[in-house]
Amino acid sequence: MIEVKNIKKHFGDKKVLKGISTVFESGKANLIIGTSGSGKTVFMKCLVGLLVPNEGNILYDGEDFLNLNKKERKNIRRKIGMLFQGSALFDSMTVEENVLFPLNMFTDWTMKEKMDRVNFCLERVNLVGANDKFPGEISGGMMKRVGIARSIVLNPKYLFCDEPNSGLDPQTSLLIDELLTDITKDYNITTIINTHDMNSVMGMGEKVVFLHQGYKDWEGSSKDILKSDNQLLNDFIFASDFLKALRKGIDNM
Amino acid sequence: MLLRIFSVPESWYMYWKETVRQMNHIGVGSLIIIGIISFFTGAVTAVQFAYQLSNSYFPPYLLGFVIRDSMIIELAPTLSCLVLAGKVGSNMASELGTMRISEQIDALEVMGINSTSYLVGPKIIASLIIVPPLIIISAFLGVYGGLVAAVNYGIAQEMFEKGLLYMFDPFNIVIMLVKAFVFAFLIATVSCYQGFYVKGGALDIGKASTRAVVFSSILVVLFDYLIAVVMT
Amino acid sequence: MNFLHHFGTYVSLLLGIFSKPENWSMYWKENMRQMNSIGIESIPIVAVVALFIGAVTAVQFAYQVQDFAVPMYYIGYIVRDTMIIEMAPTMTCMILAGKVGSNMASELGNMRITEQIDALEIMGVNTPGYLVGTKLTAALFTIPLLIILAALLGILGGLLAVVLSNIMPIGVYERGLHAFFEPFNVRLMMIKGFVFAFILSTVACFHGYNVKGGAIQIGEASTKAVVHSNILILLSDYIIAEVLL
Repeated sequence: MIEVKNIKKHFGDKKVLKGISTVFESGKANLIIGTSGSGKTVFMKCLVGLLVPNEGNILYDGEDFLNLNKKERKNIRRKIGMLFQGSALFDSMTVEENVLFPLNMFTDWTMKEKMDRVNFCLERVNLVGANDKFPGEISGGMMKRVGIARSIVLNPKYLFCDEPNSGLDPQTSLLIDELLTDITKDYNITTIINTHDMNSVMGMGEKVVFLHQGYKDWEGSSKDILKSDNQLLNDFIFASDFLKALRKGIDNM
Repeated sequence: MLLRIFSVPESWYMYWKETVRQMNHIGVGSLIIIGIISFFTGAVTAVQFAYQLSNSYFPPYLLGFVIRDSMIIELAPTLSCLVLAGKVGSNMASELGTMRISEQIDALEVMGINSTSYLVGPKIIASLIIVPPLIIISAFLGVYGGLVAAVNYGIAQEMFEKGLLYMFDPFNIVIMLVKAFVFAFLIATVSCYQGFYVKGGALDIGKASTRAVVFSSILVVLFDYLIAVVMT
Repeated sequence: MNFLHHFGTYVSLLLGIFSKPENWSMYWKENMRQMNSIGIESIPIVAVVALFIGAVTAVQFAYQVQDFAVPMYYIGYIVRDTMIIEMAPTMTCMILAGKVGSNMASELGNMRITEQIDALEIMGVNTPGYLVGTKLTAALFTIPLLIILAALLGILGGLLAVVLSNIMPIGVYERGLHAFFEPFNVRLMMIKGFVFAFILSTVACFHGYNVKGGAIQIGEASTKAVVHSNILILLSDYIIAEVLL
């Protein structure tokens, strides 16, 4: 579980996050949604510590992340997995070496134990037989899956995903979403996903946080979204004419 | 690639504008680095030659003579062009590489513009026009750097100046300018070639620009030797 | 102000290197990979450039002194000392700034843009140590060796040039090689080698590590890496010469 208390972040005079508080529960897929420029990415970078917020607290299962010393913070980092927008695979290494890398760096297991774990994770993301390919040689969807395998290889307690569906076709997107939901349930991970893909919001949003211009404008589950009368949220979710008509249909039911 | 440059430009004005832009980019953009480097090269050469001479029987005014000739014949053209290969060459390669990867070159082709002559031609012409003046500036600044360092080192300014005027051979200037033109041509063509035919992604642009630096540096010293053998 | 800001970032990146590695063998492996890419892969260009620089120095010095009553064997002596004191360390490192420096900057820049550095950071890896520290130690180890190679090949290049151009017989050149030898010059060369290796690797890493933007900014970073390290190399070349000679 991750508790966020009144996070503020500004770059110079530009206030990007203006005080956000929320709770992300374990075993659930928590979604952060919002338009481009709403502060989603900055918010996530603050959560994982790539950016330091100007104010506020972040509690990882009760531990105050921002007030820990370097060593204690590293210990929490070990429990964090992150899937990046462009997958961020190391392009000088093969698929297998990419997934192996965290194990090499942080465990003293034997080579056989490590390889078993790598193959298990690659199987878990349905990626068999691509071990010796380089990131440049595989498709965007496969790269995402390697990214997921790499981020879960150390059994993280927290999993962050920055726009996992960007640049993927709708079908592959669904597969990635399903995979993330399954992994979250199976290993009781606190998963936090940045997205603006409405299919994901409706499909996996057990908890949805809607950001608007640096504020938390709304939160609830995907079921609540359909009933919400928050104007900004409705404008965001039901953007196209097709979806607006759909929404009318729901209202008339 | 080089042959395709010689086609009639679609619009002379556009080509001229691009050439001027490149001249500004290559020439003015490199002025500072060439200035600083030449000054210190001259200074280092002076200090080190004075040190080398201190245990032999050369008269001290020879220092000015040696600095002048080393700068003109060798250091100004060769060192400057090696530095330019690193700066301008890698720049040209990564600029063209970026245009290739982001399909800007394809866009030009679709518009019916001969991309080779529009992108590569102005770069080569601009280099040929602007590099020789840079080399001349470099030679002057190098000699000046030598003078400053020599005075610092305790050699009288008059001595140095006597050496500067001693046995001046105008033919050395010809050698310098020949080198400048040849090196400018080598750097521009090699780097454009490497950048123009990039395939892949951002990583390959980096590789192309490294290859541009490596091949143009090697060709510069190779031709340096050939010119030295032929002309001296 | 801007300069102070950059200098502060540079220093804090360097300080970041000094932290206990998470895993010695992984750092060692990365160090070996860098030694290969900095050292082994630069041998051809360093060798070719040194050979020709030695040859040019010999030919042009012969031409410069032809009007003086300078004994022929002096050419060997001049080529040896010029190579050791100046050409081998400075020229080699300027070439390496163009090759290795631009390479480091674009490699790190690419890793920054594609969030690979962030990915390492999230895993808990100390990225200045793992990415910059390994490059620095590899450079400090291999570049002085490359410079020794360059000095030897430069002298050989001078020898080949004078013999091939029939300027003098091999024996006379060799006599010059043995004349007035000062072991201190070799120490000077090594000092320069270490200083230049430090400059070019840290400056290049600094520019690459702090890239913001996209592919164009990577290109700019690698150009800046080359320009700034060349300037700093020559500046420190002069300072070293001024202080030690």
